[in-house]
Amino acid sequence: MEPNLIEFVPLAVLLPFFGAAFAFAFYRNQATQKAITIGTLIITVILEIVLLAEIWHSGAHAVNLAGWPAPFGISMVIDRFSALMLVVSSIITLAVLLYAVGQGAAEEKNDAGPVSIFYPTYLILVAGVSNAFLAGDLFNLYVGFEIFLTASYVLLTLGGGEVRIRAGVTYVVVSILSSMLFLITIGLVYAATGTVNLADIALKVGELDHGVQLMLHVMLLVAFGIKAAVFPLAFWLPDSYPTAPAPVTAVFAGLLTKVGIYAMIRTETLLFPGERINTALMIVAALTMIVGILGALAQADIKRMLSFTLISHIGYLVFGLALSSIIGMAATIYYVAHHITIQTTLFLVTGLIERRAGSSNVDRLGGLARISPVLAVLFFIPAMNLAGIPPFSGFVGKLGMMQGGIAENTWITWTLVVASVATSLLTLLAVARIWARGFWRKAEDVENPERILVQKSLAHARAANKRLLPATMVAPTAALVALSLAFTVLAGPLMNFSRAAAQDMYERTPYLEAVLGEERVDSVREDLLEFTQGHIIDLDTGDDGADEFAPVRTSLQPDMETDVKGSTSVDEYDAAVDQGGQD
Amino acid sequence: MTINLTLLLVMGVMFAVGIYLMLERSLTRVLLGIILISNGVNLLILQTAGRAGLSPLVRDGVAADEYFDPLPQALLLTAIVIAFALVAFMLALIYRSWVLARQDEVTDDEEDRRVAAAVGAYDPEEDAEVGTETSEFIDTMDPATGSIRAVDPAERNAEAGAESSEAEQRKAGES
Repeated sequence: MEPNLIEFVPLAVLLPFFGAAFAFAFYRNQATQKAITIGTLIITVILEIVLLAEIWHSGAHAVNLAGWPAPFGISMVIDRFSALMLVVSSIITLAVLLYAVGQGAAEEKNDAGPVSIFYPTYLILVAGVSNAFLAGDLFNLYVGFEIFLTASYVLLTLGGGEVRIRAGVTYVVVSILSSMLFLITIGLVYAATGTVNLADIALKVGELDHGVQLMLHVMLLVAFGIKAAVFPLAFWLPDSYPTAPAPVTAVFAGLLTKVGIYAMIRTETLLFPGERINTALMIVAALTMIVGILGALAQADIKRMLSFTLISHIGYLVFGLALSSIIGMAATIYYVAHHITIQTTLFLVTGLIERRAGSSNVDRLGGLARISPVLAVLFFIPAMNLAGIPPFSGFVGKLGMMQGGIAENTWITWTLVVASVATSLLTLLAVARIWARGFWRKAEDVENPERILVQKSLAHARAANKRLLPATMVAPTAALVALSLAFTVLAGPLMNFSRAAAQDMYERTPYLEAVLGEERVDSVREDLLEFTQGHIIDLDTGDDGADEFAPVRTSLQPDMETDVKGSTSVDEYDAAVDQGGQD
Repeated sequence: MTINLTLLLVMGVMFAVGIYLMLERSLTRVLLGIILISNGVNLLILQTAGRAGLSPLVRDGVAADEYFDPLPQALLLTAIVIAFALVAFMLALIYRSWVLARQDEVTDDEEDRRVAAAVGAYDPEEDAEVGTETSEFIDTMDPATGSIRAVDPAERNAEAGAESSEAEQRKAGES
């Protein structure tokens, strides 16, 4: 086989690791550290964009490390979903890194500590996240989780002040517990199937007793549910995230919970497809949405409020996952990418607000729109996007999920649709409150304002902007806002891509073929196709009430054109959509 | 698959004791709980290999099922290393927490309490201050600063009582 660009997939993990090693070697020299870290991340982003471009048309690909064939060796698998997640996550981490450099988070004065570890640890976090996205077996997934969790423990307790230690202890204990649960499940899976390779498990797990399958399934979901902050398991999150420095919180909020969601989606579609516990998942999703957003409404601190909206919007992702249909999964994939960007952006903007106004407590803020219109715009766009106001990308994602729910047309999906509309409105209420209090009202109306907000004149206030909002911090934030707008502009192609990714995941043959080779899959191909068509996908969403309840034909409607081998490509969708447009 | 009953029982006891310890408020006990649970998990993974067999070096004329399954031990080693690192980190956190706040306890989140106070939620069972002191070193000299911090448990209780009665008064005033 001639060398191919896709064979460089492991570099997505190795590059940040090497970068971390070099950055650590230069711990005395902050400038060199910065240059190494930024350079490494830029190279990683370029590599991953190239990979995404390759994967866009070719579909899943597996790299067997050291040439040991799966299921004996360690394989790294990249498919459409993981390629998209890789690219989005690295762009986010790069932007946050630039912001952190601007802020000088690494050399924070008030919480002086071993600051030279910030950059290496940050790169290790990136490596761990990439490893989790690319892992082709359960144990490698566990190792990926541990890598980025350990890095996150260090970043969260950076400086070792009292508040951060207190928050850190809760976070570390909860994370260790969830890792232990995950490890127990890996042990049980190995005992039951004799393999930890995801593709191999997928073929073998069906032979197990139903009770055993259900136990493994639920244990995996609980372990990932803690990491993803799904409702009854989410209470560690708002206590720990807001205490970290703004860039750290931003990257945690954007990425870490989404890795949990990624693992849930991966195992749910690959290992345990079917509708066995979908109703339970939907109930959990509804509770996550509602409880999360009610928690957000009770908060006065912007960071804590955003942490609660983070939990609440995890509920949407679980909802899309529980739909078990291509349309729902496509919307979920799109929504994950959107939500990573939007949540990170909002936390970065909150960091700017805190810097400009001296506090992130809305009761003490006021007049920010007048003082700094730039900040107001930077907050307004992602906030509206989070609430899902058209035409932003949050609306597109939510619309897709609701369409999926309506197409399924059972009482539970209708409940979920209602719950997601309610959550969306309550999110709007929550962000509108920040807007009305922090930005819209006059600084004079605030009962106990931060002193920095009360300036003699507007000119004085504007002069302070330059000092408190340096361009090196505003520019990365603005870039992320622009990225979130790009999700809106490019919603069509991206949605098609998500749909292809979703179809790949539900058919499972592309993934299995990439890992195990065609011969191995051929023997079970018939069963897989039958299972896919018979069980999971509501292939014909046109009937069963869909026409009645969602008569509008949008580009979200799945076009099921599958060739003989069961593989699909994005081009066909594009063509189909184009034809639809001409009609 | 053959399971060693002794290992199974030891694992069960380790999990039970570990979970019990993790439910405590004292951080040191939580840490001990984590250590026990992680070792329990290690035993679990060890057992997934089944009965002990020949060392896994390929030899002629030996059937595949006579070898010992080496993979769980490889996984186990990784898990041990990770757990070791995490325990070390936890220990550092606990020590730091003790140096800073002279306490070895998981404390309530301040914002949570503030929000609870704002809406007037007070559950005597949950929120009442209990003046427990788990550290034996409370009256000893701090090696870093040289200062002595002496707190009389009765005084702590009195302080807590004053705070809660104040909160009740405020509540009464509002209504």
